[in-house]
Amino acid sequence: MIPGHFTYHRPASMADAIKLLSDLGEEARPLAGGHSLIPMMKLRLATPEHLIDLHAVEGLKGIRQEGDNIVIGAMTTQHELLASDVIASSLPILRETALLIADPQVRYRGTIGGNVANGDPGNDMPALMMTLGATYRLEGPDGVREEAAGDFYQGAYFTSLEPGEILTAVSVPAQPPGHGYAYEKLKRKIGDYATAAAAVVLTMSGGKVATCSIGLTNLSETPLLAEDAARAVIGTVLDDASLKRAAEAAITIMSPAGDGRGPVEYRKHVGGIMVERALKRAAARAA
Amino acid sequence: MATQAKKTQVSMKVNGVEVDGLVEPRTLLVHFIRENLQLTGTHIGCETTHCGACTVDIDGLSVKSCTMFAVQADGSEITTIEGIANADGTLSALQEGFRQMHGLQCGFCTPGMITRAHRLLQENPDPTEEEIRFGIAGNLCRCTGYQNIVRAIQYAAAKINGTEFQEAAE
Amino acid sequence: MNDMTPTREQREAKLEGMGCKRKRVEDIRFTQGRGQYVDDVKLPGMLHGDFVRSPYAHARVKSINTEKALKVPGVLAVITAETLKTVNLAWMPTLAGDVQMVLADGKVLFQNQEVAFVVATDRYTADDGINAVEVEYEQLEPQIDPFTAMDPGAPVLREDLTGKNTGAHGPRKHHNHIFEWTVGDKDLTDAAFRKADVTIKEMISYHRTHPSPLETCQSLCSFDKIKGELTIYGTFQAPHVVRTVVALIAKIPEHKIHVIAPDIGGGFGNKVGVYPGYVCSAVASIVTGKPVKWVEDRIENLTSTSFARDYHMTTEIAATKEGKVTGLRVHVLADHGAFDACADPSKWPAGFMNIVTGSYDFPVAHLAVDGVYTNKAPGGVAYRCSFRVTEAAYCIERAMDILAQKLGMDPAELRLKNFIKAEQFPYQSALGWEYDSGDYHTAMKQMMEKVDYAGLRKEQAEKREAFRRGETREIMGLGVSFFTEIVGAGPSKNCDILGIAMFDSCEIRLHPTGSGVARVGTKSQGQGHETTWAQIIATEIGIPADDITVEEGNTDTAPYGLGTYGSRSTPVAGAAIAMAARKIKAKAQMIAAYKLEVHEDDLEWDIDGFRVKGLPEKVLGMKDICWIAYNAPPPGMEPGLEAVSYYDPPNMTYPFGAYLCVMDIDVDTGVYKVRRFYALDDCGTRINPMIIEGQVHGGLTEAFAIAMGQEIRYDDTGNVMSGSFVDFFIPTAVETPKWETDFTVTPSPHHPIGAKGVGESPNVGGVPCFSNAVNDAFSFLGSTHIQMPHDYWRNWQAAKALGVVG
Repeated sequence: MIPGHFTYHRPASMADAIKLLSDLGEEARPLAGGHSLIPMMKLRLATPEHLIDLHAVEGLKGIRQEGDNIVIGAMTTQHELLASDVIASSLPILRETALLIADPQVRYRGTIGGNVANGDPGNDMPALMMTLGATYRLEGPDGVREEAAGDFYQGAYFTSLEPGEILTAVSVPAQPPGHGYAYEKLKRKIGDYATAAAAVVLTMSGGKVATCSIGLTNLSETPLLAEDAARAVIGTVLDDASLKRAAEAAITIMSPAGDGRGPVEYRKHVGGIMVERALKRAAARAA
Repeated sequence: MATQAKKTQVSMKVNGVEVDGLVEPRTLLVHFIRENLQLTGTHIGCETTHCGACTVDIDGLSVKSCTMFAVQADGSEITTIEGIANADGTLSALQEGFRQMHGLQCGFCTPGMITRAHRLLQENPDPTEEEIRFGIAGNLCRCTGYQNIVRAIQYAAAKINGTEFQEAAE
Repeated sequence: MNDMTPTREQREAKLEGMGCKRKRVEDIRFTQGRGQYVDDVKLPGMLHGDFVRSPYAHARVKSINTEKALKVPGVLAVITAETLKTVNLAWMPTLAGDVQMVLADGKVLFQNQEVAFVVATDRYTADDGINAVEVEYEQLEPQIDPFTAMDPGAPVLREDLTGKNTGAHGPRKHHNHIFEWTVGDKDLTDAAFRKADVTIKEMISYHRTHPSPLETCQSLCSFDKIKGELTIYGTFQAPHVVRTVVALIAKIPEHKIHVIAPDIGGGFGNKVGVYPGYVCSAVASIVTGKPVKWVEDRIENLTSTSFARDYHMTTEIAATKEGKVTGLRVHVLADHGAFDACADPSKWPAGFMNIVTGSYDFPVAHLAVDGVYTNKAPGGVAYRCSFRVTEAAYCIERAMDILAQKLGMDPAELRLKNFIKAEQFPYQSALGWEYDSGDYHTAMKQMMEKVDYAGLRKEQAEKREAFRRGETREIMGLGVSFFTEIVGAGPSKNCDILGIAMFDSCEIRLHPTGSGVARVGTKSQGQGHETTWAQIIATEIGIPADDITVEEGNTDTAPYGLGTYGSRSTPVAGAAIAMAARKIKAKAQMIAAYKLEVHEDDLEWDIDGFRVKGLPEKVLGMKDICWIAYNAPPPGMEPGLEAVSYYDPPNMTYPFGAYLCVMDIDVDTGVYKVRRFYALDDCGTRINPMIIEGQVHGGLTEAFAIAMGQEIRYDDTGNVMSGSFVDFFIPTAVETPKWETDFTVTPSPHHPIGAKGVGESPNVGGVPCFSNAVNDAFSFLGSTHIQMPHDYWRNWQAAKALGVVG
């Protein structure tokens, strides 16, 4: 398992990185943590001629509050998310999710930018970003644009990133005080992708669900926002019947592949259960 | 396939010693360590970033060196298993713990396991059993069933902290 | 006596002999990264070789174009079957009497089969070369399902066997049939079933899996043209066998072959077989005149070198209505893949599957095994077990539970009722073995008491009621297993590998100043032989274990031995070590008698030397005897103090154990949790309790993985679906349960130190224990048998089939 030849670039600025990426065209790939790309290269399933390592690019790391948003630099690692007080207090679901990604070594290297940008349906952060209503900052030869996470994913490993563009930051709206959250992930073992996972963020008012957002991981070619499922619980006290309706609504939009994690029927079934469990746990946490 | 790329000069500090070498950009760090530097304690077990046998410490982080290019480590500070022993050459608390608690059998996962545990104890000097298990979950062992590895790390933590090692009751 | 004279306890402790939890000597180098494994060995001018492999399970190879590959700078040679034919090595003999392609000869028969071997200056360039080799294939219909392999219209896999109606183990009844092997009295067994009050019948599958040690298979061959000598470093569990096989097939005189197995990163059976990589690296070295290294990657390991199990066992038990077993009938359909490369003693095409009567007193039994070819990787190695013993133990332990369920009896009670009794040993089994010793009732009762078996059953009954009332979605299973192993292959009267008798050996040489070296024919892969072999010697001849260096794995220095697998090291080599030590002790006694001026019979052994009976002050220690042996031996006696022993065991040994697993399963997701696992092992005399415990932990962890999800899975066209650590289940520290260990001691009556071997017991007993726990959890809902592996999704499917999930 040896990668093919490539030329290595280590730009120091975003402008240089974008210029390299646009000049070199399709044969160039940006390199973040590398924990998806390098294994693919070792199998020669990916054979880029140029790698543009983003580690030396200034300003791509860090977590900061910008108005009502928490802005996370693309090269911020999962480990740094876990160590951040801002994340722990304002976006605790990010912490809960990051802990369920891969293993310690991978979390030291794996970045939030890489996790959300490469379009792998197995990655956990994309569905969470959709659930939280996050936007991605995309910088390219034609300037900067913001894209909603919900519009970003178009197919497995296929996103709305244009040639020459790099995802440079993720902007997440701070969640209201007292919100409830949960990321429920069923996996075979540490290091595995989800058999099924659900993210829930909600607020409660007078014992009833006031707002709710539900995301699904690895249950389709892209991460999913389960809007009907969320609607099914808004205004309810999360009784068994409405939980059941939410699970059913979520199941109707799932189309997972049958694989070693289980046949399609199983993965959809447990997808529904993850939704129910995430809802219950989120509600229990809500003030 | 891309044509052969020019070799690049890299330099880094490995186990306290400045080293350099000429590598292809595609040279994986683990191969640079094993082949160029002849430090063969770092092992290769799966090549898909699962087993952790290739774990080294880079700038204070545990890294699977099979999933990083040597060029990326240019300028960094690396500790491999060969740099874990005490300065006077005696076994470190972790190395001693692994021996005392029978935390290894074939020895193949051991360098990665000890290097990882070394970082874990830096971050969490007094971990619970659960924290140890979670903290070494990026390292696979086929021989021990982990129970004695957990005890080995507890032994080391106690020794470093100057507390008494409590044998877990069976 | 002055105060400095050590007490008996101090003298004993200083030896660190048998029974002592001696810390391992190996660990000094392993904990510092100073082990030396095959890939750590580098020779001047060394090249690297790697394989082009087949993407298809069954295809004709129309052409192999190596032109572009040879143009890659640094690629020096591309070896194909055509090259190998010039040295008559395109095919090689397997350990099971079949032949196997080294490189694809006209056809490929499994996915990732070796097609060409690219030799280059380094491993990166070799990989570039592989990507430049062009192979044209014509796909053929693959035969994946063993159950239809012998259908009339099944595709012909092995064209080389066309017209051969007899194989290495007798007649073949179909072009995809390998052998039929039968044991036992069929007529008497059939009669027992006709008379039985109760019978059960179940097809019990043990899925295909893989030993997957953390270090893959690798070799480094160096041919010296001037001397005509071949040096092979390799991941070999049996280095001497490799030397002899190479001599036989490569026609190099055996004294000119040097096989070195350095440190080995786990074996578990994977490193017993002979693989194309070994052959190709040797041929490549002969062709290029340079050392050539071959290092398998993990995908290659899982998909090409050695699977384990893949036994489909139709099992029937006859019994009285009181629950006394009266007959056992088993038919096995064995999927051997494309070549029969099983690593069993040669006369045993299904290994020791005829231990399938287990721990029970079956008056009659019959076993028939049919081996078939399919388009899967060859292998059939004993993954941490003694030749198909794990399959046998799984078969009988699952079947006993099914019988208990049918009779409405508790599974532990049924076992107690049918155990071979302590007074029946040595016991002749219905399928031909003589069990040397055992005390099953004591072990079983100790287990039941320690875990509060009755209390657990009571809790289970309550949980079942709660489940029925809808108060919980969790079901609880109690897995009981009681296994009998058969290890220590083996007596030359019935065990050989390609004609090589399965003895083992030890050579001990003591030095004048009282330390020494012991060389042994086995090869540790993590078992800690350097530590434990010295402990045996320490106890036998009173030299501290720290003063004995143990060496293995170099065929130039170690005496001929058959290696380490099948838990044979302690039963066979352990005996050879004790016997060699006793030869030394006998000579030492003569020296002591001369020196102390008494008759030999007037001496008695006392920890670390001899003393004159009745005169405790008149002593001569072993350390002094060593000096005298070299420098002042009795007149007429040869100087020196060394001995060699080759040990041909009179019988196998039969370790046993009682295991219990408590498991909870969430029916809605199939997610299980092992709440408790208790393992009582009886391996006879215990040499190093610390190492025994470690072996049990490791074996249980492997058993857990196998039972709960570790599978080599193929799709309908023969693609491997679990060919990396993404999908092949190796549990981490988080998934792995905690283990409780316990023991009884029933020494082997025929073994010099009474030891039986333990490394594989936990795998053998563990797998049925986990599987029985899952099956026991579901049994109250009406299920009798759920096939392994018990992944989450399969548990859910079982719950769904039983109507408890929507």
